Amino acid sequence: MTRETTINLLLALLLLGAPILAASLGEPFYVTLATRIAVLALAAVGLNLALGLGGLLSFGHAAFFGLGGYVAGIMATHAFNAEPLFANIEATTSMPLIWITAIAVAGLVAMPIGAISLRTSGVYFIMITLAFAQMIYYFAISWPAYGGEDGLSMSMRNAFPGVNTAKPLPYFLICYAALMAALLLFRVVEGSRFGSALQAARQNGTRVAAVGIAPFNIRLVAFALSAMITGFAGALYADLNRFVGPSMLSWHMSGELIVLIILGGKGRLFGPVAGAMIFVFFEYVLGGITERWQFLLGLILLGIVLFARGGLLGLLSGKPRHV
Amino acid sequence: MFTALLIEQLLNGLQLGVMLFLMAAGLTLIFGVMGLINLAHGSLYMIGAFACATVAAATGSFWIGLIASLAAAAGVGAIIEVAVIRRLYDRDHLDQVLATFALILILSEGARWLFGSFPLYLDIPPLLQGAVPLPGGGQYQLYRLAIIGVGIAVAVGLYLLISRTRLGMRIRAGESDREMIGALGVDIGTLYTVVFALGAALAGLAGALVGALQSVQVGMGEPVLILAFVVIVIGGIGSIKGALVGAVIVGVVDTMGRFLLPSLLALTMPASQATTIGAALASMLIYVVMALILAFRPSGLFSAQS
Repeated sequence: MTRETTINLLLALLLLGAPILAASLGEPFYVTLATRIAVLALAAVGLNLALGLGGLLSFGHAAFFGLGGYVAGIMATHAFNAEPLFANIEATTSMPLIWITAIAVAGLVAMPIGAISLRTSGVYFIMITLAFAQMIYYFAISWPAYGGEDGLSMSMRNAFPGVNTAKPLPYFLICYAALMAALLLFRVVEGSRFGSALQAARQNGTRVAAVGIAPFNIRLVAFALSAMITGFAGALYADLNRFVGPSMLSWHMSGELIVLIILGGKGRLFGPVAGAMIFVFFEYVLGGITERWQFLLGLILLGIVLFARGGLLGLLSGKPRHV
Repeated sequence: MFTALLIEQLLNGLQLGVMLFLMAAGLTLIFGVMGLINLAHGSLYMIGAFACATVAAATGSFWIGLIASLAAAAGVGAIIEVAVIRRLYDRDHLDQVLATFALILILSEGARWLFGSFPLYLDIPPLLQGAVPLPGGGQYQLYRLAIIGVGIAVAVGLYLLISRTRLGMRIRAGESDREMIGALGVDIGTLYTVVFALGAALAGLAGALVGALQSVQVGMGEPVLILAFVVIVIGGIGSIKGALVGAVIVGVVDTMGRFLLPSLLALTMPASQATTIGAALASMLIYVVMALILAFRPSGLFSAQS
């Protein structure tokens, strides 16, 4: 077992054990905090697939996160008011169905965005993904049917068969299971032929093309897959807060997802998990000390980018294998 | 009456375009010369607006405020270039994005610390109050016309600076081969600081000019920053000419879309529905235009690299 595997295992156990302990001590707040970590980590696992493996610096992943959230919010609202979604399609409060819809919507939106954005590279790609996300953000703000600027409140969490999702611990376990499933998928993709091609395309697209693999197609599939995972996380996030608003679509959200990955360690399996832990910890601890915690977060982030490259996992487990 | 309204909206679009040009020119210059993507450019815009509002309120003169905004934005720009940005030139885009994102957090929260969360207001200077008659009836705010004038003056000034002066020659040389001009004895460090401060001053000027039209508050720079990104992506990153053309396209398309789309849709559907759908579509219009342009020219209209 390498040092990184040991640390990964410890992180996974810590994230599972801490909320169970907190729940048994009657501290539901910490369970919610852990759920927040799990959901943000899940969103960042999605981005890590595009950014870490594929080298695609998408500054617009909040779009998929928010879309997933809006799917959950819109479904819940329609089901609550007993209105059909479209002509005769009924809305549902069943989480699995909502997740599938959120994943499908994120994937369907990611295909055209990816197809246009991937024609470009470098700075253009960053700015175009950002611009598309802003387009969806402004649409959400100016479209009054689902709350516009105020967002949508959900009267209760959607349902999961056999689980009481209103209680913090069962909902945490759902999110934790989703995170572990996504990490498993990330590991499988990383080790697959597709994953090798994707990483090769990051290192040298021309050579990949020369051996007969079109980098564009590989990257497009990776981009869509990454958006689908992030969209899934968005649906869970909306249910966690019982609220979805344009802030989930904002470019600050996109920036934060990148920050999570960098705090933890880019391209590493558990990078997003470590990053989400640090981020939520900062948010909670610094936010408790001062209202100006974003000022301190900015300073810390600046310090990490300038002086401590490789993030927390880079610090703890040495150089990654692939560099 | 419709013609007058149309002319008024066209001028509004031009004014927005000119303001975006001030932002985009700095961004594209910094990218062209130093290869740096600067997300904190919107914060410099905000700093310009705050400096102008504060100094104008203290001295009672908009003009002193305007000078203060240039000085403050250029000064803060030079400080962050020396302290942070300088270390990012040979890093990849990811590090640049993150570090300048961190700068936004620091500068926004810092501004909120200093000035509070309440917006400040800035009055239009007495000299530029009032309106000018438009052909076809109707009137147009003199101040907005003055902004268009300033924008044109800056565009001409930048053109002359870059094509006619020694500094401009060095900037152009820096764009094509930074090692070579270093070898020829030009102090690249200073040149980069000057270019960054120049871009920052333009952003500060834009912020101060717009500050008199809307409220001055934390976060005001971010929507403008993203529009400026759209502008330079359309125009071709690194090209000042592209920034000018892109800015006018974005300004006019955005304003005209908001003006015309609801009334166009009203021809086919009930008026209330047309207003909401029209507004929602208009807010997406420039991104659609951007996607169309990029579908045909992936590196923008006037790519500096090609």
